[in-house]
Amino acid sequence: MKRIGLIINPVAGIGGRVGLKGSDGFEIQRQALELGAIPMASTRTKEAIQVLSEKTLEMEILSPPGEMGAALLREAGYKPHILGEIKAGQTTAADTIRVTQEMVENQVDLLVFAGGDGTARDIYIGAGENQPVVGIPAGVKIHSAVFATQPRTAGELIAAFIIETGFRLEQAEVIDLDEEAYRRGVISTRLYGYLTVPFHRRWVQNSKTPTPASEKTQMEAIAFDLVENMQPGCAYILGPGTTTRTLADCLGFAKTLAGVDVVTREKLVAVDVNEQQLLDLVESTSARIVVTPVGGQGFLFGRGNQPISPAVIRKVGRENIRVICTPGKLHSFAGNPLLVDTGDSDLDAQLSGHISITTGYREEAIYRIGN
Amino acid sequence: MKMRIGEKPVVRRFHQARWDEPIIFELSQPGQRGMLVPEIEDEIVAEVGEVVGALPEGIRRVIAPQLPEMSQPHVLRHFARLSQENLGVDLNIDIGQGTCTMKYSPKVNDRLANSGKMQDLHPLQPESSVQGMLEVMYRLESFLKEISGLDRFTLQPRAGSAAIYANVSMMRAFHAMNNQAEQRDEVITTIFSHPSNAACAKTAGYKVITLYPDQDGYPDLGALKAAVSERTAALLVTNPEDTGIFNPRIEEFVKAVHDAGGLCSYDQANANGILGITRAREAGFDLCHFNLHKTFSTPHGCGGPGAGASGVTKELARFLPSPTIEYDGNSYFLDYDRPDSIGKVGPFYGVSQNMLRAYAWIMSLGAEGLREVAEVAVLNNNYLMSKVLEIQGLDAPYAEGKRRIEQVRYSWEELAEQSGIHSEEIGIRVADFGTHYWTSHHPYVVAEPMTLEPTESYSKADLDEYAAILQHVAEEAYTNPEVVKSAPHNSTVHQTDHKVLDDPQTWAVTWRAYQRKIGENQEE
Repeated sequence: MKRIGLIINPVAGIGGRVGLKGSDGFEIQRQALELGAIPMASTRTKEAIQVLSEKTLEMEILSPPGEMGAALLREAGYKPHILGEIKAGQTTAADTIRVTQEMVENQVDLLVFAGGDGTARDIYIGAGENQPVVGIPAGVKIHSAVFATQPRTAGELIAAFIIETGFRLEQAEVIDLDEEAYRRGVISTRLYGYLTVPFHRRWVQNSKTPTPASEKTQMEAIAFDLVENMQPGCAYILGPGTTTRTLADCLGFAKTLAGVDVVTREKLVAVDVNEQQLLDLVESTSARIVVTPVGGQGFLFGRGNQPISPAVIRKVGRENIRVICTPGKLHSFAGNPLLVDTGDSDLDAQLSGHISITTGYREEAIYRIGN
Repeated sequence: MKMRIGEKPVVRRFHQARWDEPIIFELSQPGQRGMLVPEIEDEIVAEVGEVVGALPEGIRRVIAPQLPEMSQPHVLRHFARLSQENLGVDLNIDIGQGTCTMKYSPKVNDRLANSGKMQDLHPLQPESSVQGMLEVMYRLESFLKEISGLDRFTLQPRAGSAAIYANVSMMRAFHAMNNQAEQRDEVITTIFSHPSNAACAKTAGYKVITLYPDQDGYPDLGALKAAVSERTAALLVTNPEDTGIFNPRIEEFVKAVHDAGGLCSYDQANANGILGITRAREAGFDLCHFNLHKTFSTPHGCGGPGAGASGVTKELARFLPSPTIEYDGNSYFLDYDRPDSIGKVGPFYGVSQNMLRAYAWIMSLGAEGLREVAEVAVLNNNYLMSKVLEIQGLDAPYAEGKRRIEQVRYSWEELAEQSGIHSEEIGIRVADFGTHYWTSHHPYVVAEPMTLEPTESYSKADLDEYAAILQHVAEEAYTNPEVVKSAPHNSTVHQTDHKVLDDPQTWAVTWRAYQRKIGENQEE
């Protein structure tokens, strides 16, 4: 019998309708409630659970008490095993993280959570990269790729996961806006990490997304091309992402998913480096930068790879930047140019224009970087 | 009592056969035979000796071929059932197979191709006994020369991709002659050119560079200029592209490649929208190819052998596959004396029945008729586009507001976002009304795609019926999505699990591969 965990972030989505651009932090939640906000999380979760109730499913459900899960499950006729304690009406991110950890310790097969990007970040902190999760979209900000397209499709996906065996899994980006900056009108997203999600062509993102199997094959093809052309003695600065990680896998090195790492053909030089380490490196060694576009908007620089700073990029030079991207991901940008936001507008202008992207083994695309 | 013929609904009531028919290999029964091959008679053995024993060791099978063992009625029943589960060009309004140019193939041409005279031809007959067929081939080549403006053609390739491969091989031979074959290892194409171009270049060992469209949705000249170099062997492009968009700067594209020392090959597999209007020659191309089974009305590969035709300028003619068809003023003959030829790209001279069909089709239309084909095909396409774009949730991305040539790659993205119904699901539901459509090549560049190409063969009433079916299914998507999701209800097709098709470890396009990867003989 499959073991399913459910965590609802009861305050998720509270800031949206009243125009507060997010719901992180007590003060915002208090303001939202004063403005008459209604939390969306429980309604959205109900929609997903409704799909499960329509089917006969063998499963065991775990959830935290009260508004974080149990209340709603009982209402729908389920008898969840209760994990942990919460203070009703005063739940915080720390509760989400703690309960998530307990879910992982209790070996749930699938962890379902309802919330937004902020909740996804907390789940990532608690569960790490390998716990299969499904996100019910219920927050104000839904930039992360870990969410089903709609609450109902989340329900369909959970049901399919319970019924089917050998479900394909893939890593999906956890992205969040910097809310402080966002309320000041500055859009700045960050890549926080990766969660594992069950993949279904129809229910995660849309059908133009290729399957993990074909994506994986294509990523390997890209990695073979790069490895074949790696210069001896040259250092390769690898930005975050599954595509760059496949390259490291090919070389036999364990790369961090969300960090910037440095490799040569022969060895793993450094993991999760900061800007200063990179500056020291490029001062003494010839280096290349290998990056893949991050997130749905297609940022090459300035999102999740900040250690590759303007100074590092200038030192390495545009001609030594290798962009890698599977055709499926490239097509998801719908013809929009790739973006750069290094924090140095002169450099951004220099980086713009046509660039060659390695899309497979001995396959390239010529694509635009916007300015 | 008088009885009037009942009125028909706007969308046809249709019901197709649905046989739960196994794969033919599963029907095999050891020992069953459809035909008993007689023992070799003593007189023949006395004359030629032990035939099987005379075969060289190297060509004898070690293991007998694993063919299905079946009686004749079982074979017939199997294929008769499958034939009832098809939607062919003679059965439906076949405009949903965009890029394939599904047009009516006149039956009279089939009768010519199936006549006794054609059936009895043998490729090794003496030239003097096949002057008529050689004349047809020679004259067909001269038609294609006129249609393209190029100087010589070969009819040898068996399909469009075989023709592209032949063209790539000739371009490599050209660069080899200039001692640049090693240096020029890159081929450039565009994302909306037919993917056979990239595939053939790749198969021939080239690195492939793909250009993405500019802001207006047209092929990006800036991207081309960023791509060309001393490593450029060739540009392989379709024009109009698979989106139906014609590249208005094609001469500049060709010039940029020529300036860098590369050659340019024009994929005219589907030339249906530009016959008699533009030519490869005037745009500056060095090579081109036609699919006789698209533009020139011969059956498609799945329904019979296809046929490709590769054309070149006189500078490249020396590299054409051997033999070429020549005429000395008195008789037609095959010329094998071609020292610079790339060799053969298929057995003998090509698919003669299709050459005859294409020849007859062109002869029946004449030059003016060919141009009219293009004009009607373009008119039909633009009529259909204006009609279907009235459907809620449907759009034609790229080159907004501009006309398309002979086909359009549409997008149901808006409908999918609003209703949760995807293009593949609409395609399956459409089959419940006796027609179908094709989405696009994978991975999708246009989201939720649908590619329609009405050609010149369809009447306004046909196009209206097709549009009404799309309109009906789109309405269902908004009002009754379950009926679309659970389709098909009346057609034979069923929903397929794409998971296995995306993974090299599990996909299987032959029975042998299926057994190895999934079936009983699975490798550990």
